[in-house]
Amino acid sequence: MTSLDRRDFLRLGIVAGPAALVAGCGWDGGPLVKSKLATMSRLNDWVGENILQSSKRLAKVYQVSARSTAMPAYHISREMPTLDVAKPWALQVGGEVKAPAALTLEMLQQLPRVTYTVKHHCVEGWTAVATWTGVPFSAVAALVQPTDRARYARFDSFDSDYYNGWDLASAMHPQTILAYAFNDRALMPDHGAPLRLYSPIKLGYKLTKYLTRVTFTSSRPGGYWEDQGYPWLGGI
Amino acid sequence: MTASPLPRVRRHHALVRLTHWLNAIVLTGMIASGLQIYGAFRHFGTTMTRLPVPNPFDGYTFPEAVRLGGWLAGGLNWHFALAWPLVITGLTYLGFLIATGQWRELLFRPGDVRPAIEMQLYYLRLRKEHPPQGKHNALQKGAYTFIVALGAISVLSGFAIYKPVQLHWLTSLFGGFELARYWHFVAVWLFIAFTLVHVSAVLLADRASLPSMITGWYRGRFPSHD
Repeated sequence: MTSLDRRDFLRLGIVAGPAALVAGCGWDGGPLVKSKLATMSRLNDWVGENILQSSKRLAKVYQVSARSTAMPAYHISREMPTLDVAKPWALQVGGEVKAPAALTLEMLQQLPRVTYTVKHHCVEGWTAVATWTGVPFSAVAALVQPTDRARYARFDSFDSDYYNGWDLASAMHPQTILAYAFNDRALMPDHGAPLRLYSPIKLGYKLTKYLTRVTFTSSRPGGYWEDQGYPWLGGI
Repeated sequence: MTASPLPRVRRHHALVRLTHWLNAIVLTGMIASGLQIYGAFRHFGTTMTRLPVPNPFDGYTFPEAVRLGGWLAGGLNWHFALAWPLVITGLTYLGFLIATGQWRELLFRPGDVRPAIEMQLYYLRLRKEHPPQGKHNALQKGAYTFIVALGAISVLSGFAIYKPVQLHWLTSLFGGFELARYWHFVAVWLFIAFTLVHVSAVLLADRASLPSMITGWYRGRFPSHD
């Protein structure tokens, strides 16, 4: 009898395990599970940043003919964020830097210029190939001279409170640019005019549009989606 | 207990039983969170160009009852967290097979093709007697070799779409990001198909194998091994 009971108990356990899991579907896990998942996500970020990421690895560059016919565009504001023409725009670059600067679009366009046709990976699973032109982030960094304490970069926007935090290695990657042109034309509001962050080594939600400010920081900045649970690194 | 003419034999090592059931639970979670992630883009291809591959689930939203995570970020977090126990369990099992030499009983080899056909004929009732077998028959060997290969393909195609730039060589191996994502999805249906056949075979052909995967002891029709 005892062995039968034990067997039944084991059987129950085997059925109950996956059943409990399935019953939990559609449910976000509750605060306890959510915090455990967040811990695992940080572990994956660490692995992504320290093991699976090489600052030298360049994303594949495509022919212009490989461009996608459409490039979806998102913003979180109810209306498309557009620049107030009455107020002059300049990118504020500061934080852990020796020489903070306010850079107008003209000044940014005087800096080294990079144009590439690359594949965009959205966290949702779709991709699209497009051409982007802009100034390498590293060129802007050279201008403001980050201090030794700078380990991250925070990007703020005028799309409501959308912002992102990046590891400095990814920001300094040669293909990470502050883009002012899309498919050979000046950036339009749908893609983040006047200036957006772009890089083929990160998922789309890491690529802050409608930039207002770049801040070098010593502590890890969050991000609009990252604060809600999306993986922080978003490196691909 | 009534006396049974069937001998009781030791069949599955505790590590095999543990990894088997852990894998069953973790894989259920991987598939459920994967179906949640699929919901964010229910197609294969780029934004406008669909891959010319069959997908009966194009544009389909899986019911909430089979999804895990609630929304895309929740699904991703479950998926990337469960990937750890999935890989660790898989490597532990493979390590065990290699260390003990038991892989020899499980690996399907060219010589198993003919016995596998005979076995299939038996199951289809086109052959009367059960062909002779050891611990596993040739068809089982085929199934278990296939499922290990499928596990490896799932994990590798998963990494291919997780890091398509850093692991570009792996992504290329699967035919690029969009195709790798498709193979990753096809693997789900092969896992489900395998599970259906596997569970049916246990229930219909050799019920004694179910308790043996729990207790380790087998008392059934095929005790020849051990």
